[in-house]
Amino acid sequence: MRAFVIAVFGFLYLPIALVVLFSFNAGRHASEFTGFSVQWYGTALSNPFLVEALKNSLFIATTSALLAAVFGTAAALGLARVGIRTRAVFDALLGAAIVVPGVVIGISTLVALVQLFAFVNPFLASIWPDDQPPRLSLGYGSIIAAHGLFSMALVTMIVGTRLGSLDRNLVEASSDLYATPLTTFRSIVLPQIMPAVVAGFLLAFTFSFDDFIIAFFVAGAQTTLPIYVFASIRRGVTPEINAIATIVLVASVLLVVLAQWQLRQRKPSN
Amino acid sequence: MYGNRFRHNFLTALLLAPATAWLVVFLVLPFIAIAVFSVGERAPEGGYQAAFTFAQYANLPARATAFWNTMVLAPVGALACLLVAYPVAYYLALQAPQRWRLILLALVVIPFWTSLLMRTYAWMYILGGRGIPALLAFVGIEDVRLINTPGAVLLGIVYGYLPLMILPIYVSLERLDRRLLEASADLGATPLSTFLGVTLKLSLPGVMTGFSLVMILLLGEYLIPTLLGGGKVFFIGNALVDLFLQSRNWPFGSAIAITLVLVSVVVLIVANRISTRVSGARRVDLI
Repeated sequence: MRAFVIAVFGFLYLPIALVVLFSFNAGRHASEFTGFSVQWYGTALSNPFLVEALKNSLFIATTSALLAAVFGTAAALGLARVGIRTRAVFDALLGAAIVVPGVVIGISTLVALVQLFAFVNPFLASIWPDDQPPRLSLGYGSIIAAHGLFSMALVTMIVGTRLGSLDRNLVEASSDLYATPLTTFRSIVLPQIMPAVVAGFLLAFTFSFDDFIIAFFVAGAQTTLPIYVFASIRRGVTPEINAIATIVLVASVLLVVLAQWQLRQRKPSN
Repeated sequence: MYGNRFRHNFLTALLLAPATAWLVVFLVLPFIAIAVFSVGERAPEGGYQAAFTFAQYANLPARATAFWNTMVLAPVGALACLLVAYPVAYYLALQAPQRWRLILLALVVIPFWTSLLMRTYAWMYILGGRGIPALLAFVGIEDVRLINTPGAVLLGIVYGYLPLMILPIYVSLERLDRRLLEASADLGATPLSTFLGVTLKLSLPGVMTGFSLVMILLLGEYLIPTLLGGGKVFFIGNALVDLFLQSRNWPFGSAIAITLVLVSVVVLIVANRISTRVSGARRVDLI
């Protein structure tokens, strides 16, 4: 049993280790390691298209995760105050947002937005005073919104779970002592759910940063890092990709570790 | 009193408003949109043209290969994941030393949260001409073709989705009341019948959660068949990308997407039924 488990861990980590190893390869090729070098990191970071894609991904992931953290937390707080029927409808929709495959989320968002733009753009053009009306199109906004949907559902569930294990006595004690609801929220509820909110934000960020398939449909003319990497893989593997993959792997591992650590912080004692 | 209740409801509505708007605009309406598109026609220059016809659905057999590959490789892949995942989850939950347990669990989760694209790409190296085939040629086994085969896709599936299968099984095994195992042994059951009658049976909700999650995600998989199947092992996800982004046949693509969602719903319902019937317990919630 133990040998099997060790083999499975080897299976999980060997490919990752190889990518990291070959990102430091001095040679151009995958099969022979010809010496240690960080040149491919230099090549990657001086490639303007790659840097642009990286910046886009950072911007999109930060924005969508922030929106998801704020609105998802609000939704979790709201859900704690509604009846069982409203809750069931909401839970079903949130579950759907998580379970529906990314391909379907991507295409349905694309279809709906293109349809929406077909109505809104002529309308904007007709009411706009001068000849340069704003045109809505696919891009940052559509990627942020599509990623935010999944992320918000995730945050709502994580924060909701945390709210469920919140000590009700503290909340009651607080209002017995004549604290206003806002004070109770700020000094009792918020500190207790904060780790869940931060963990949700970090997981949402990681998801958005890694997502390829949803962005592939709704990106329009924008390029995110996974889209760039996918395109270069199809053109042929370059050692540059190993360097960028290593950076992304290290960054996502750090974020996930941070998220897990946050979730374990100040756990309610039960 | 009345004013108080009004304020309570107003605040609740305010808290839920942004999430509701998001869910409606980016989940419910888009879904209605593809349902409408799926009964439409392809416009001459690509895209959608209003109509009411089920011709797109009648045309589904045109993508039979994609459906066939997906419908075979998704359950087979999920089953392969399960066979590898169960012993790992069992070891982590019941046998691993206490202080190692969380670290090992974290090691399982980390790959899942790192980019599937990057991890799948690593296998292109290993299975490609300069990887294992080169090693095999070195020991005298020539002309082995690994990449761009269904086997490579299956391997990629197991690799990519293994953590998602281990986690729910681990959760259900972890919750298992160990006294039941002792009771079973005390009553003279062999280890095998204890495993089958107690451990396995009580972990079935976790197994079903893992199986249905992996199945559903596989139904929409695009990257693994593209990178490891080399365009030879076509999935529904590939058909959708092709129909929406290349041939711009949106109504046909929508019909396929709707079918895909319906199949996913059926998988979920069946999985839920099975786990309720077998153990009387509900599926394990991951979060």
